[in-house]
Amino acid sequence: MGAREEILARVRSATADVTTESRLDATSRRSEGRVPAGRRNPSEETVELFAENVADYEATVVRVPADAVAEAIVEQLRSLGRRSVVTPSGLDAGWVDALRGEFEVVAETDATSAQALDVIDAVVTAAAVGIATTGTIVLDHAPDQGRRALTLVPDTHVCVIREDQIEHDVPESVTRLHAEAAHARPLTWISGPSATSDIELQRVEGVHGPRTLVVVIAGA
Amino acid sequence: MVTPPVQQTSPTFVGMPAFPEAAQRELANTQQRQNLHRATHTIRAKRAAVVGEVADWEAIRVAGAAAKDEALHHLGDYLEQLEQSLTARGATVHWARDAAEANRIVVDVARAKGVDEVVKVKSMATQEIELNEALEAAGIHAWETDLAELIVQLFGDLPSHILVPAIHRNRTEIRDVFLREMGNVGRPAPADLTDEPARLAEAARLHLREKFLRARVAVSGANFAIADTGTLVVVESEGNGRMCLTLPETLISVVGIEKVLPTWDDLGPMLQLLPRSSTGERMNPYTTMWTGVHEGDGPQEVHVVLLDNGRSHVLADSVGRQALRCIRCSACLNVCPVYERTGGHAYGSVYPGPIGAVLNPQLRGTTSEVDASLPYASSLCGACFDACPVRINIPELLVELRGTVAEQGGHRAESAAMKAAAWVLSDPRRLAVAQRGATTAGKLIGKRTITRVPGLGAWTDARNVPTPPKETFRQWWARERDTSGGEAGPRGRADGIPKPGDGTDAGGEA
Amino acid sequence: MTAGQPRTDLRVALFATCFNDTMWPETPKAVVRLLERLGCRVEFPAEQTCCGQMMTNTGYAGEAVPLVRHFVDVFEGYDAVVAPSGSCVGSVRDQHPMIARLAGDPGLASEVEGVRPKVYELSEFLVDVLGVTDVGAWFPHRVTYHPTCHSLRMLRVGDRPLQLLRAVEGIDLVELPGAEECCGFGGTFAMKNSDVSVAMGTDKAAHVEETGAEVLVAGDNSCLAHIGGILGRQRTGIRTMHLAEILASTKEQPTW
Repeated sequence: MGAREEILARVRSATADVTTESRLDATSRRSEGRVPAGRRNPSEETVELFAENVADYEATVVRVPADAVAEAIVEQLRSLGRRSVVTPSGLDAGWVDALRGEFEVVAETDATSAQALDVIDAVVTAAAVGIATTGTIVLDHAPDQGRRALTLVPDTHVCVIREDQIEHDVPESVTRLHAEAAHARPLTWISGPSATSDIELQRVEGVHGPRTLVVVIAGA
Repeated sequence: MVTPPVQQTSPTFVGMPAFPEAAQRELANTQQRQNLHRATHTIRAKRAAVVGEVADWEAIRVAGAAAKDEALHHLGDYLEQLEQSLTARGATVHWARDAAEANRIVVDVARAKGVDEVVKVKSMATQEIELNEALEAAGIHAWETDLAELIVQLFGDLPSHILVPAIHRNRTEIRDVFLREMGNVGRPAPADLTDEPARLAEAARLHLREKFLRARVAVSGANFAIADTGTLVVVESEGNGRMCLTLPETLISVVGIEKVLPTWDDLGPMLQLLPRSSTGERMNPYTTMWTGVHEGDGPQEVHVVLLDNGRSHVLADSVGRQALRCIRCSACLNVCPVYERTGGHAYGSVYPGPIGAVLNPQLRGTTSEVDASLPYASSLCGACFDACPVRINIPELLVELRGTVAEQGGHRAESAAMKAAAWVLSDPRRLAVAQRGATTAGKLIGKRTITRVPGLGAWTDARNVPTPPKETFRQWWARERDTSGGEAGPRGRADGIPKPGDGTDAGGEA
Repeated sequence: MTAGQPRTDLRVALFATCFNDTMWPETPKAVVRLLERLGCRVEFPAEQTCCGQMMTNTGYAGEAVPLVRHFVDVFEGYDAVVAPSGSCVGSVRDQHPMIARLAGDPGLASEVEGVRPKVYELSEFLVDVLGVTDVGAWFPHRVTYHPTCHSLRMLRVGDRPLQLLRAVEGIDLVELPGAEECCGFGGTFAMKNSDVSVAMGTDKAAHVEETGAEVLVAGDNSCLAHIGGILGRQRTGIRTMHLAEILASTKEQPTW
C-alpha cells in the first residue's frame, strides 16, 4: 500500500467510532449560497479603535480625507528621509504622480528581483481589509498592492486603507475575504512592523520585514 | 481494528532519563531558572491582559475546539478534500507515514532543484522529524531563520520552548555565540556587537538577509491547512516567514495531518485564539496565507508533505485524540508551575510542558523511561486547561495516561500499595484499624517535630512531616457524639453497607 | 450577609475525608462546631472512608471503583454533604462519573449523578446553601489565604473563602502574592517529583513569608501539610490552619 492509502486507512480506522456526520456537504452548500459582504462604512468608534490598535504596535497612523491621501504619503516619506519608492502597477495614478515630484519612483515591473527591491527605501500600497479589534491590515496583493516581495523587502511600508475597508473584528474580516475570493491570491496580514521577543522576551521592533510601517486611513 | 503505529523516538531523544531525574539537573541551572521565571511571568501577564479584552473568549474557545474536532473526527474526508484543493491550485501533495519518509521526500525535492542549502521557517513538525539532520546528511545546509531558532542552531543546542526556543539563554550568551559562530556559517556579526536586544536583532537581520536573497528552496510548516480552499497559513512575528514563503522559487511545507481545518471561516476563531494565547498580542505581526501556486507571485513550485508520524495512533484513542487539537500556542507552558522551574529539556522531546507531557506518551507510546514518566510530571493544578485556547483537558489526559502506565506494569510496589490502600479504604473498620497505627505514633511523638521518617526521604528531605494526632476524628465523634456506633442517615442507607461485624467484603473487587 | 434562619430542615452529612479524619481531626471538629453554631444538624456517617482520588490520580482508577460505590452508598440519603477539602470534593464532582463509566456500571453512574450535586466544599456550603458570609467568627491574627488549585480551578469556589475570612472579627487578612499558583503538593507528585514539588513549595513559602502573616490558611490540609512542612523546616514560625478552624474560632472558644 502506498503512503497515501495507508495513512487514509489508518485515519479512517482510528475514527471508526465517530458517529456524527461530517459538515462537508453542508459546507459546500453554504459557500454556494454566500452573499458577498457589502462595503459599508464602519462606525467612527470602529475606525478610531483601528487607528488606536495600529498605533499600539508602534506604527504611525494618519487619518486624512480621501483627497489628501497623496499629500499625506509624500509628507510621511519626506519626514522619514526616504528617497526611493517602489509602486505597485495598480496604485492610484494620482498618488504616483505626487511621488514623482520628490522621490525616485520605481515601477513594480522594473524591480523584478529581490536584490533590486533591497536597494529601494520604501513601498506605497493600498490594502484589502482592516481589522479594528486587532489593528491589522490585510493585503490581498491585488494590483494596487503589488506582489508580496514589494511589501517585504523595502524597509518602509506606507499603506493606505479606506475607512470602508475596515471591519470590526476578525471573523467578519475572514468572511469578507472569502466572499471576495481572496484565497485566489496570496494574503498577508500585517499587525504593526515586524518584531521579535526572542531575546529575554524584550520586544524589538523591526527584524526582517519593513521596520517602519505607516498606515494612512483615508476618509470619504 | 489495527491500532496505527506509534512514532519512533528521534535519535536526539533516545535514552533520555525519566523526568524527575532530568528535572533535578535542570532545577540547578540558575541562569535558566531566572530566565524562565521572568519570561513565563511576563507572557502570562500579557496573555491575561489581551484575553481579558475579549468578552466572549469562552465561546471562541468552544468554537475553536469544535472546528478542530470536526476536522479530526472526519479526518480522512478532510485530508482528501485538502489534497484535492491543493492539487487543483497547482501544488504537489506528498504523504509521509513517518519521519524517515517525510525527510526522504524533502531531501529528494531539494536535490532535484540542485541546491546545497535551504532556508527554514520555524516549524515544530520539521523539528519533530529532525529534518535538518537529514538534510545535513544529504549535504544540504538548513538555515533556521527565526531568531530564536538561529540562536539555538548556532549554539548547537536544543529548543526549550515551543514559541521562544531560546528562552533558556540570556543576552550575553547570545552576543557571545553570534560573535563566535556567525562568521562560520555566513556574514559575521559586527565586531562591536553589544548585548542590546536591538543590536542582536540587527545582527541577525544582516546575517540572514543574504541567505534570504540567495535561497532557491525554502522549507516551512503550517499553522493551519484549510481543506475547502487548499490554503496554508503561517503565523509569525519577524518577517523571516514571509521571506521564506515569498522569495525562493520552491517551497516545501511539512504539515502534520492534524493541522487541517474544515473551512475558511474556521480561521475566524483560530486567528482570535492563537496570537492572544501565544505571544499575548491582539494579533501577531505577520500572517501569510497561500493557496497553491500564485502566478507571478512567490514560489512557482509548491510542495506539501502531509505527515502522520504517530498522529493516527493518537487519533485512535477517543479521549486522547483531543490532544491533536493543539495549535502549538504554548500557553500551557507559560502557565505551568512545573515547566516554569524545569524548562523544556527535561521533557525529552521537541514538545515540552503540559502538552508535551500528554502528547509525547501518546505519539511515542509509554515504553521509554521518559515517556512513562511524563504523565506524572504534573501536580494536576489545572492551570494548563484554563489557558488552552482549544480546551484540551490536559489534567484529564494525564490521569488517563497514568492509568496506561500503571496498566503496563513495572510499578509493582506501587500497584500493591494502591491495592492495599483501596482494600483498607473501602471498609470503615479496616480504616479504623489502620488509623490506630497513626494515633499510636501520635501518642508516642507528642509535640515533637518529625523531620525524618524511614522510606519517606522524598518528603522529609525538605519538609517536616505533620505530627499524627492522638485521636482520629471518628474516634472523637464516637466518644463525644455517637453512642450507637455509626448510625446511618435518617432515611437509612442503601443496602450495600455492611453492618459492623457482619464480615462482608464490601466492594473488594474492581 | 449574616446567617439567615437556621437550616434545620436540611439533613447535612459531614464528609470528613480520610486524610482529615486520620491526620487533622481538628478540621472536621471545627466544621461540626461551625455548622452547629449556624443552626445545622450535622451527622457523621461513620461508614464513610475515602473518595478514591489518590488511586485515580496515580493511575489506578480501577482500585477506586469500590470506593466510589461505597461513597454513594454512604451519602445518598442526605440533602447535603459537606467536606473541608476542595480536592476531595473536586474528586467527587470531576472524577466519580469517569470512574463509574470506567467500571462499565450504568447503575453506579446514575447513583453518582444523584449524589454528586449535593456534595459541597465548606465555603460553597456556607455561602451558597446557608447564604452566610459572616459566620460570627473571631480570630485576631495576621492571616494570608492560599486558594488551592482544586478549589480554584476544579470547583471554581472563587472568592467565597475570602468573603468568609473578610467577615471574621479581628482578622488582619493580607493578600498572598502569586496566590493562584500551585504550591507543588499534587498528591503523589510530592513524592514522585519531589525536587520540583519542593521547588514550587519553596517559592510558595517565600511568598507566604513576604506577607508577614502569622497564619497561612487554605481549604485543603494536604496542601497545607506540604507548605507547612517547608515553612516548619525553614523555621519560619508561621503556622498553617484550615479555613474551618478560623471560621470556628470565637472569643469564647478561640482555636488559637
